[in-house]
Amino acid sequence: MADTPSVLILGIGNLLWADEGFGVRAVEELHRGWSFPDNVRLMDGGTQGIYLVQHIREADILVVFDAVDFGLAPGSLKLAEGDEVPKFLGVKKISLHQTGFQEVLAMAEMLGDAPAEQLLIGVQPVELDDYGGSLRPEVKAQIAPAIEVALDYLARRGITARRRAQPLDDDITIASSEMSLARYEAGRPDAAAALRQGDARVLTAEGWRGPEDFEAEIDQLLSQPARPR
Amino acid sequence: MAMTQTPNGFDLDTSGQRVVVDPVTRIEGHMRCEVNIDEQNMIRNAVSTGTMWRGLEVILKGRDPRDAWAFTQRICGVCTGTHALTSVRAVEDSLGIDIPENANSIRNIMQLSLQVHDHLVHFYHLHALDWVNPVNALKADPKATSELQQSVSPHHPKSSPGYFRDIQNRLKKFVESGQLGPFKNGYWTNPAYLLPPEADLMAVTHYLEALDFQKEIMTTRTIFGGKDTHPNWLVGGVPCAINIDGEMAAGAPINMDRLNYVSGVIDRSLEFVNNVYIPDILAIGSFYKDWLYGGGLSGKSVLAYGDIPDRANDYSAENLMMPQGAVINGNLKEVHPVDLRDPEQIQEFVPHSWYSYPDEAKGLHPWDGITEPNYALGPNAKGTRTNIEQLDEQAKYSWIKAPRWRGHAMEVGPLSRYVVGYAQGHEVITDQVNRTLRALDLPVEALFSTLGRTAARALEAQWAAEMQRYFMDKLIANIKAGDSATANVEKFDPATWPKEVKGVGFTEAPRGALAHWIRIKDTKIDNYQCVVPTTWNGSPRDNEGNIGAFEASLMNTKVERAEEPVEILRTIHSFDPCLACSTHVMGPDGEELAEVKVR
Repeated sequence: MADTPSVLILGIGNLLWADEGFGVRAVEELHRGWSFPDNVRLMDGGTQGIYLVQHIREADILVVFDAVDFGLAPGSLKLAEGDEVPKFLGVKKISLHQTGFQEVLAMAEMLGDAPAEQLLIGVQPVELDDYGGSLRPEVKAQIAPAIEVALDYLARRGITARRRAQPLDDDITIASSEMSLARYEAGRPDAAAALRQGDARVLTAEGWRGPEDFEAEIDQLLSQPARPR
Repeated sequence: MAMTQTPNGFDLDTSGQRVVVDPVTRIEGHMRCEVNIDEQNMIRNAVSTGTMWRGLEVILKGRDPRDAWAFTQRICGVCTGTHALTSVRAVEDSLGIDIPENANSIRNIMQLSLQVHDHLVHFYHLHALDWVNPVNALKADPKATSELQQSVSPHHPKSSPGYFRDIQNRLKKFVESGQLGPFKNGYWTNPAYLLPPEADLMAVTHYLEALDFQKEIMTTRTIFGGKDTHPNWLVGGVPCAINIDGEMAAGAPINMDRLNYVSGVIDRSLEFVNNVYIPDILAIGSFYKDWLYGGGLSGKSVLAYGDIPDRANDYSAENLMMPQGAVINGNLKEVHPVDLRDPEQIQEFVPHSWYSYPDEAKGLHPWDGITEPNYALGPNAKGTRTNIEQLDEQAKYSWIKAPRWRGHAMEVGPLSRYVVGYAQGHEVITDQVNRTLRALDLPVEALFSTLGRTAARALEAQWAAEMQRYFMDKLIANIKAGDSATANVEKFDPATWPKEVKGVGFTEAPRGALAHWIRIKDTKIDNYQCVVPTTWNGSPRDNEGNIGAFEASLMNTKVERAEEPVEILRTIHSFDPCLACSTHVMGPDGEELAEVKVR
């Protein structure tokens, strides 16, 4: 590792799928509140999959924020380090990108450039299945502790962040200002307009179990008057 | 009733064994297909379904139209830029906003850069493993591989036996560690793989080279989009300022140094495509030239909206550098004009889709589109509502709607664009196609195949890399002539907008024709409908019983081993499907392993 290690702090996931947005929201918040030395890069990785390989290859230390299914209580924070990271990311493909992040790490390794140190800061999602929705309160509440974990992990490696006197405005952070958390949440159409109740999403590989009373939910959905157009 | 003929000319026979592939891996999103195979293992019936509901339209309702691009950019990980571009075009069309010439050139360079990037990554990282066997590559002789490399591409700088030996050792270590990584889930003992070990090793080596090289292509979009991973877009132009003599600094306007950097990327992209991608397609193609399955609709009905306007703000067919038009019933002598505003041309049908229309005998033009879910399985489906074992394609069976052009099921994508271009006598396209056919000693009909789809994508990457140069020169000339405008913000303020407007924006996404139809009312989005490429290609049957492009492409294909349907994956992958935006992706389904069921 070079004297000054190159650090990548990466948030991954899809903002449009409720708690799937955790990783990106966490890294946005970190950027708003803290400034870092030049060898540290913060990135909104979204669901970019293979397109992220080069950034991972350039990093000596990789910190990833993501929503991962650890089979824990919803809203729990869970850390994984080193070799454990790909294992956890591979358990369930939560990220909707078909190239799982595990595969992206494997690609970096095949090219001989896997980061020497890796930390995954994962949160167990409460709700993924709410298209256009935002983070659930339990998950949102884990952003601050998750940031503390990252800062502590980096501090132990001699990398110190400075708290900004004033948090950055949305339009100058790495966040997409069109989709900043406040604007994203405030602009959401109401549930009736967006047909959110009981959307009939079914039919996946085995292993998925539907709601308790699926038929009732569907019947309720179908009995609603047509959506105003 | 086991035998039927579809109006678009396919004989369906459902009497044979049913094979279910769910999910189809190495694609964006979630898709399932079911086929019936006869005693000779030929596919005689094909059913493709998007297994999740999409809802982009409904989450945009009521939002600021100027923000829509950012949402559409997040639909999935691969089409980010092209959805954003389509969205800003739709808003500009509805409000009558003209963009400056520089913005048009920059958008084209970004879009073409995405074409090159996406095609390259698709071939090497999502599709090559349908033709290339990395495990077989371990048996290759590095010296013979080196000779092969020099014969197929004399200009490729890396071709020594030592180089291939190194890669082979790295691969061996990877395989021995048991982690196989991206190479897991393959059917590596299947006789459908035809390459000799040396060709396999060469291709796997290029898999790694492409992985390394693709990072450069992204920088073009980062420079013009001002941001890595998720570039910025703007209704009215592009969000980057130009100051040709300006200094280099973070956040500074685009200057000559940056333009030179982009020029370098364009040169290197073209070099990679010419020295690696195209030679690989020809080399791999030469071993598979007897495997000409998968044509489906490509020789019958293809559609292209066209893209890459030469002059700004003119989206007529004459001004689009990427061809626009429709070919139907296999008649290449006639290319029909396409009008996305005409309510009679593009319509979406739902008799076999899990949606309700007031009258399902009729299709709806996207401006009048309705997205109202109606999930119900047909009487002949097997399994339960939450765990389907077998679909009933006589009833509703997919979350994808069935778009039709004047009632015809159409294929979209690079091959469709190339068929339309070829039929129109487009000079570059005709030349590229003829040269490829000559090199492989194949007749023009060979174009209508899985291999043809894969080859057209490579040829288009070459064309797109060269076209970037054209727009780069145009951009620099225009700036030097004193025009540095990149945005028209005259109508950016909603106070200047009419009460009610509608518009349409279209592009050719890497995987095919893409359009967004928008209605704006009281400055907010009132209706937003996307018809994405995989809605066309992955479409289920329609009210007349016409099968969709995926379904048609699988017909009459020989499957070596029913339990290892590499042939099905090969053909479906050749479309570069992206289900993330054509359907609604849901929940913790977990495993990436393809589940194949033979019944």
